[in-house]
Amino acid sequence: MQIFSGKYTVNFMKLSLPAAVLSTVMIIGSFTTLAINQLNWGLDFTGGTQIEIGYQDTADLDAIREQLAASEFNDAVVQNFGSSKDVLIRLASREGIKPSELGDKAIAILKQADDTAEMRGSSYVSASVGEELTEQGGLAMLICLLCILVYVTLRFEWRFALGSVIALAHDVIITLGLFSILGLEFDLTVLAAVLAVIGYSLNDTIVVFDRIRENFRKIRNMEPTEIINTSLTQTLNRTTITSGTTLLVLFALFFLGGATIHGFATALLFGIFIGTYSSIYIASLVALKLGVSREDLMPTVIEKEGADQDAIM
Amino acid sequence: MLNQTPLWKYILVIFVVSICALYASPNLYGEDHAVQISAGRNAVVNAQLVDKVSAELKNANIDSKSIVFENEQILIRVNDADTQLIARELLEKALGDEYFVAMNLAPDTPKWLSSLGGEPLKLGLDLRGGVHFLMEVDMKRALDKTLEDSDNDFRTALREEKIRYRTVKQVENGLEIYFRDQDTLEQAETFLKARNRDFIFTEKADLVLFATMSEQKLLETRDYAVKQNITIIRNRVNQLGVAEPTVQKQGPDRIVVQLPGIQDTAKAKEILNATATLEYREVDIEHDISDAVAGRVPPGSELLPDENGVPQLLKKNIIVEGNHIIDATSGVDQNGMPKVSIKLDSKGGAKMLAFTKRAVGKPMAVVFIEYKSTGERDEAGKLIFEAKRTVISVARINGVFGNQFETTGLDSPKEAQNLALLLRAGALIAPIQIIEERTVGPSLGKENIKLGKEAIVAGFVLVLAFMLIYYKKFGFVANIALALNLVMMIGIMSMIPGATLTLPGMAGIVLTVGMAVDANVLIFERIREEIAEGRSPQQAIHFGYDSAFSTILDANITTFLAGLILFAVGTGPIKGFSITLMIGIATSMFTAIVVTRTIVNAWWGGKRLTKLSI
Repeated sequence: MQIFSGKYTVNFMKLSLPAAVLSTVMIIGSFTTLAINQLNWGLDFTGGTQIEIGYQDTADLDAIREQLAASEFNDAVVQNFGSSKDVLIRLASREGIKPSELGDKAIAILKQADDTAEMRGSSYVSASVGEELTEQGGLAMLICLLCILVYVTLRFEWRFALGSVIALAHDVIITLGLFSILGLEFDLTVLAAVLAVIGYSLNDTIVVFDRIRENFRKIRNMEPTEIINTSLTQTLNRTTITSGTTLLVLFALFFLGGATIHGFATALLFGIFIGTYSSIYIASLVALKLGVSREDLMPTVIEKEGADQDAIM
Repeated sequence: MLNQTPLWKYILVIFVVSICALYASPNLYGEDHAVQISAGRNAVVNAQLVDKVSAELKNANIDSKSIVFENEQILIRVNDADTQLIARELLEKALGDEYFVAMNLAPDTPKWLSSLGGEPLKLGLDLRGGVHFLMEVDMKRALDKTLEDSDNDFRTALREEKIRYRTVKQVENGLEIYFRDQDTLEQAETFLKARNRDFIFTEKADLVLFATMSEQKLLETRDYAVKQNITIIRNRVNQLGVAEPTVQKQGPDRIVVQLPGIQDTAKAKEILNATATLEYREVDIEHDISDAVAGRVPPGSELLPDENGVPQLLKKNIIVEGNHIIDATSGVDQNGMPKVSIKLDSKGGAKMLAFTKRAVGKPMAVVFIEYKSTGERDEAGKLIFEAKRTVISVARINGVFGNQFETTGLDSPKEAQNLALLLRAGALIAPIQIIEERTVGPSLGKENIKLGKEAIVAGFVLVLAFMLIYYKKFGFVANIALALNLVMMIGIMSMIPGATLTLPGMAGIVLTVGMAVDANVLIFERIREEIAEGRSPQQAIHFGYDSAFSTILDANITTFLAGLILFAVGTGPIKGFSITLMIGIATSMFTAIVVTRTIVNAWWGGKRLTKLSI
């Protein structure tokens, strides 16, 4: 069984212009929505207090709001979380109460109103910790891209390195754009997922680059565009299957992993699609447009004694 | 001949895989509900206590699976959660205040396995429930207090040395000392420089000498403030009856406290934040203690027990509170006897001076205040905690003293160390503030485990089915590798001390399962290509593995790099995720390349083949 027979070389680069346009539009769109809607930062980054309450039966959100408002928690954000029985409540800071005690107060109020209410979880993050985390997260992403740039330059060539890093930045920006436009909460696990997308997309890109390098070395008298098309065709089966198996497990996570892991799975699901697309179109296209050529990829010849003889084994 | 594996490689593969499988196996055994008993400051856990505990349990008709005395603790395994609760309450009452009785889940690992160091994976708080606090020490207050002390110290020293200064002002980062003329300033500078090596003196403006703490002193002050808080917190956490608490320094001025299994966070916070845990008090010698014990406690005094439970009659008036203590260290005096040197701040010193002036020859007591659960619950089902005062030291005042004095006449160096530790714990240089708090209720933790397991199993089965259908017999080989990969990941994570499994970590495992097949896909696709190019099956296997290798290596190294950066820069859950990711990359390379090659060679190597099942 085989998905693509590989008998015909697919002319991927024929679609390079539409792909470039599509990516540009998506990136501009992402920047626009990030500027207008921004990200729906989660508690981890903004700081604040959040509690999760589980009820025996379907929770009456309006009643909960009223109970809280009666005790001056009138600015509490009450919403369902995971199921209709679970409620997530975000509390704004109040004067006169230590922020770390806010959650306990609210839980006490709700338990008084309905003794089946069960505290499932509560979090308090101070604004300073949130700020630090935002800085750390951004820094992690930048350092990550920089290290990859250096490694790929050393291992391949600077044109490839630039291609892969641009592709990765492309993936990150568009994934963030998706979270922004859909208003999905961006918390710490989503950040981890975005970084995992970097890892995955890079993996994909490197496999393609490896084949491109090999073909440049092996095949003479072929235009770079054709070589890239050939390489992409040869790796297409692998790309599809690996993306497929990864998507399979991600669907399992998305549907079975529970509410806590939902954002994580969403970011990765989308990231895998965009990452696969970008390693075909963006990474290779950038390397091609930067003028990658056969000469750049030939191994530095090191004269070794006996190198011209066949290995005896 | 192609595709033969030397014997040593078979042995190596089997060895590595079985070691990992061995260390993964403790995770198959469940956990027992258990009650854990450890000793307080002045008690010991010994064989007699074990007898006492088993007798108490027998009297109450509580069945226990086992009672083990190990590591200065007694671990009692019982059958279910209800028995655990009853046993805990019973033992708490029976053993009294000197022992800590905590509920715990003890892994049911067989003895031979745990003697090899085999332990199940430690679960993060998001999976087992509990509270996580991140606390920040108020360094500004700590440094200000140190400066304040130096302020007073400089004034006294200059006065004693008869160097006339106009005033000393405490400013940010240091002290400004004002003089009337240049000569005095220089004189003072020489004198103070020689006397206070931990300060740096500069002439800030005309006739103003500026003193700032040296880097070393700053570092020491900060370090001391954090360590002191850690000691205090550990002490208080012990009162909470948590089985495996973590109290750790994080960064220069933060402390992480993790209390697994605790549910009443409000109370935990109250206890952790409690202040004034130490008092110096005058012993009431005007009244007869036996009268007081008989019930006629004189007004203005109270009876407090000492460490052996013997009551002492103390005046209610407090001479000095613990927050005035700057330092307490144990050592030996001129006669080689153990002692504790105590240093108070200026306010405390003044109070102590005023008191000792009129009380030479009288005894003075140190009262230590602990918060302890009474084992009883209020109407809302919450544990009731109470402040418990213990007299930890009574000493006669031998002379008039102020902010520095010594307590001697202690029985042993160990006692001196204990007293110094308690004095330090009762003092509070720098207040702490909770800057992050996460609570996960026990039901949510259980649900998280269940969901995580389900996702792993479902993802795993889907991938296995796909590989079997798509690559047939080779797919079967890849599936064996995938299963071994999972076993190895769990084995290695169980082996690494301090590695905990969190929900993002579980997501990392799922993700690795999906990505681990990548290496095999790369190899198998290569083999197919080689066959399409007309190579013989044996050659196709050989070249397929060979040429896929460098691709796999490159792809995995870059991903590993990303994981490493995540680990270095990230905190908490991100760290957990990156660890699983990195371990997964390492194990999947081993299983997907080495293990599958070994199986493939054993299965097809050296045989005459016309077709491959791929």
